[in-house]
Amino acid sequence: MTPSALRARNLSKQYGTGEGRFDALTGIDLDIGEGEAVAIVGKSGSGKSTLMHILALLDTPSSGEVRVVEQDAATLKGRALNTLRNATFGFVFQQFFLNPHASVLENVSLPLKIGRVGSRERRKRAMETLELVELSDKADSKAMNLSGGQKQRVVIARALVGDPRIIFADEPTGNLDSATGAVIEKLLLDLNRERGITLVIVTHDADLAARADRRIYLKDGRLVDALDEHATSRGRHL
Amino acid sequence: MKAVDILTTAIGNSFRSRLRTTLTVLAIFIGAVTLTTTNALGTGVNDYIDTQITSIGAPDVMNVSKPTTPVDEADGPEPYDPDAGSEVSTNAGPPGTTVLALTDDDIERIRGVEGITEADPLVAVRPDFIQWQENGRYQLSVSEFSAGVTLDLAAGSGFDRTSAELEIVLPESYVDTLGFASDEAAIGETVEIGVTDAVGDQRLIEATLIGIQNPTLVGSGASTNAPLTTALFDAQQTGLPQESVSQYASATARFDPDATEEEIQAIKDSLADAGYAGTTVADQIGTFQSVVDGIILVLNAFAIIALVAAGFGIINTLLMSVQERTREIGLMKAMGMSGGRIFALFSTEAVFIGFLGSALGAGVAIAVGSAVSQVLADGFLSGLAGLQILTFAPASIASVFALVMGIAFLASTLPASRAARQSPIDSLRYE
Repeated sequence: MTPSALRARNLSKQYGTGEGRFDALTGIDLDIGEGEAVAIVGKSGSGKSTLMHILALLDTPSSGEVRVVEQDAATLKGRALNTLRNATFGFVFQQFFLNPHASVLENVSLPLKIGRVGSRERRKRAMETLELVELSDKADSKAMNLSGGQKQRVVIARALVGDPRIIFADEPTGNLDSATGAVIEKLLLDLNRERGITLVIVTHDADLAARADRRIYLKDGRLVDALDEHATSRGRHL
Repeated sequence: MKAVDILTTAIGNSFRSRLRTTLTVLAIFIGAVTLTTTNALGTGVNDYIDTQITSIGAPDVMNVSKPTTPVDEADGPEPYDPDAGSEVSTNAGPPGTTVLALTDDDIERIRGVEGITEADPLVAVRPDFIQWQENGRYQLSVSEFSAGVTLDLAAGSGFDRTSAELEIVLPESYVDTLGFASDEAAIGETVEIGVTDAVGDQRLIEATLIGIQNPTLVGSGASTNAPLTTALFDAQQTGLPQESVSQYASATARFDPDATEEEIQAIKDSLADAGYAGTTVADQIGTFQSVVDGIILVLNAFAIIALVAAGFGIINTLLMSVQERTREIGLMKAMGMSGGRIFALFSTEAVFIGFLGSALGAGVAIAVGSAVSQVLADGFLSGLAGLQILTFAPASIASVFALVMGIAFLASTLPASRAARQSPIDSLRYE
């Protein structure tokens, strides 16, 4: 059996108390092995983003246990938590979250800057990563002057530059047309296959989900075996 | 993030919204200009007073008088005391101030006070005129501070205390008036001083002019050495009854020139116990300085009010900045940046804005202030030689920088701690 990258046991998350209480996640048990590409699928409000945030240690569960590369998340605090986030995780967001006024190179090297890497080394590694996503010619352009597909490739380069073990992708193709989306899909899945990076994709795009090794379906905060026909807009492909 | 990266990132961020940064810097600039200028004014005036004190010098001289017991008006008239001596008016204190006259016995008693090495009555001489070679007679007043005073001389030498010659130092304004060709040409010349005695006869006393004095803040009178003072006083008192002759408003007492503040205070206390009041020259001039310091303090307070207002500008700017960069903060936190470093990032930005404002403010204040000060020194302040009304001391400029950057840092704590506390997840969800 492959070693575990992420493990959740009896994970629950509630917002509010009393009458206004809302159960975002209930009793989630989950194992994601190293090098797996897993899609978390569900419609909006199903709790898939909350689950990803908890797995990525951006949020804390109300109850239950999360283990990241065999470490108990509850025991990680302060510096150890920050180091783990910086060195282990890469993030790809639907809305990109690039600094529009900074250059592509600066955007890509941000995780290295936070990780206290020297400026020469930062530049070298950022350029190598930009080559990988075929954007090295845009290194000095401002991020705001790029197309959507180029921006998402910059975001992937930024997620990749710190050589992470796990990449979390939140609707990575959500803001892209289908042709560009396909390019991004291929890029992410190639990284998973060639480099063995664990990939956790949150999506409601059935095409993307279908290409992952495994799919996890969420409905109303609970894991289900499969979604019914009308659960997602493109559910019939499942 | 390394400290140097925080610094460069913060500087980069502050230039991201130029207009907003410029306006905030402008607000700080106004405060910094005001503060730099008022500080310079304080330094300029106090420096001038300091040179004046050293010019009147006499660090080892104390003026001793016998203060009247304050009369409590509500208790009605005080009973007559035949031993109290008579009151004489004095020019120390507000007009109309009187002190009890000192007699020769008092002088003896003052000499006996511990720490006093020498005591002489301070006599008021009122010469009628001064003339040089029939060039006309001009009014002359003799400075009461004469004894033991170091003079700020434009030409010639100071008094030699052992000299028995009759010697005088005149202010610069007399040089032209009396008909001398230059300051240097006047030195060594013999001038005649006219004085009227008690029975109305005018007498002429000859004195050697040994120095020309720069204009000063205190007294534009001539200074005479002890023998000349005595000669003038004797001439003026000729014909008066003896008890009237030996009544003095005050006495000059000398003490050890190396005496410390505490020792001087001890001497003053001993004098007070004996019923006398001693004031040094520094005490008298020091009053000026406290007034100047008071005025500067009020002006500084206004400047600091301006800076505090600018501080609120910084808070506002940074709050907007934090708001705008909510997602960026969330992203940086998700990537493992600690709250402390986020705080440092924003407070560094504020301190940099403060630095820009104070650098511009101090720079402009120094450039404009030096020019204005020079124009004034050559213009309508030329009567006060050596007065640079605005003097920019490096220490006070450094303190302006420190204060402004300190205020900027304080202003940043609210927005920066808000940024530091943001949860990454809420920030990333923020639309």
